[in-house]
Amino acid sequence: MSSGLTRRSTITAGAIAAFASLLGSRLAFADEKAVEAEIKKLYGDKKLGEGKIKLDVPEIAENGLVVPVNVEVESPMTEADYVKAVHIYADGNPLPGIVSYTFTPACGKASAATRMRLAQTQNIICVAEMSNGSLHMAKANIKVTIGGCGG
Amino acid sequence: MTTKPTPRVRVPAKAAAGELIEIKTLISHEMESGQRKDSQGKTIPRKILNKFSASFNGKPVFSADWQPAISANPYQSFFFKATESGEFTFTWKDDDGSEYTAKNKITVG
Repeated sequence: MSSGLTRRSTITAGAIAAFASLLGSRLAFADEKAVEAEIKKLYGDKKLGEGKIKLDVPEIAENGLVVPVNVEVESPMTEADYVKAVHIYADGNPLPGIVSYTFTPACGKASAATRMRLAQTQNIICVAEMSNGSLHMAKANIKVTIGGCGG
Repeated sequence: MTTKPTPRVRVPAKAAAGELIEIKTLISHEMESGQRKDSQGKTIPRKILNKFSASFNGKPVFSADWQPAISANPYQSFFFKATESGEFTFTWKDDDGSEYTAKNKITVG
């Protein structure tokens, strides 16, 4: 009786392990859920509004190693009303995060540009946090011809 | 490959009061992502610059937390509203604990 149970549980455990390793290899890249989880970690279930963000990225990136990303958030940038933080995520890279900016009213304009690596064709998600606590989101798709993760 | 990172910063030397200026920075750094493998199949450990920050006359202005997805020789630009003369301090923080800084003066008026 007990030996039969052990045998069965051994087989089950083996099956689970095989499935987990399969899943593990598929989870080598982040996905939309990973990005959502990152946003949740920072802001919980707060509502994400549309608009206000201008996410300037190329439609097609020939070289995934260096993709320019420029973000601009509409705001008067005064002590009373300014953009506090901007986070940029990717849903098809090994890790979901790309960059997090913090702005101050001294910036005068909530705009910043950098260059990022993209492993494959994917979406870029941008979240902006205003000084009054409201959140805005923008999304853009980039087609990547040659991935930027190296082999 | 492992030469000391050299920061390069472009700040206008002069600006009118209230003028919006763009600051462009670049620093040489390999930004090893921790995702690549060497010829033996071993993962090359991560070593990136994880934080860039800019302050003016000691007051923080702008900062960026960089993830491994930032390209090698990271470029960063942002804006600043010039109101008075003073000095910028730019700091880059490395995973290994080192810090690189650059200072730039601006005259307003």
